[in-house]
Amino acid sequence: MVPLWWYIVLGVVLFVIGAAGVLLRRNILVVLMSLELLLNSVNINFIAFGHYYDDFRGQIFAIFVIAITAAEVAVALGILVALARNKSTLKVDEVTTMKG
Amino acid sequence: MDQGFFLLFAAASVVTALTLVLARNPVHSALALMACFLQISAIFVLLEAPLLAVIQIFIYVGAIMVLFLFVIMMIDVREAVLQRFLPGSSLPALVLLVLLGVEMLVLVLRSDRFSVAEPVAMRTVGEVRQLSTTLFADYLLPFEVASVILLAALVGAIVLARKEPQ
Repeated sequence: MVPLWWYIVLGVVLFVIGAAGVLLRRNILVVLMSLELLLNSVNINFIAFGHYYDDFRGQIFAIFVIAITAAEVAVALGILVALARNKSTLKVDEVTTMKG
Repeated sequence: MDQGFFLLFAAASVVTALTLVLARNPVHSALALMACFLQISAIFVLLEAPLLAVIQIFIYVGAIMVLFLFVIMMIDVREAVLQRFLPGSSLPALVLLVLLGVEMLVLVLRSDRFSVAEPVAMRTVGEVRQLSTTLFADYLLPFEVASVILLAALVGAIVLARKEPQ
């Protein structure tokens, strides 16, 4: 049987890799994909705790996280298409219209 | 047996996640992320959550990644190939990431709450039925709110991606 902390450590490693992608990459597409990876590593934690403490709420929260992620990706890619049409750049440090 | 499979899937998912972050071409990143999602769904199977594994494959691999690839096809990604990482300001971010990882690992490894080796109680049969009963009985309001959010995102995405009428 796999001990619980193996899953937690896997979640930590994937979370740090995803955070590195969000913080270090220039390309907006890769930043968005790293965000997906972050949410997925959180899902691993939810389901692992739900399994080991015999509670369905872990899986239910994971289902909600997946649903909200789908909504987020649709809106983010819509913004991305509008951005590529208006400014023709994909670099996060060149999008400063909102003084970011 | 379980441990071997877990190590296999975990190693594969970490390698594909690193490929996602390090690859020059966004198409390669997208394909690496797809492989990573497949490994994670295999880990869900190991955690005896087959419904979540199927949902993971359907929604992430089937819908979200296809959406990403469509957007990559629509917009020109060739200029993005040249420069991979943010110039400057990456050292503070790296320090922050290392601190974050070390902090979380120390918290996990030093706490006895995470040292559970076996599930507390074994599941009874009919797990998906129980799961859906809980979802539709106790969590009905969040479920409906999630559907409203999905509808709002649908409308918002259409409005955002539409061409402005001149």
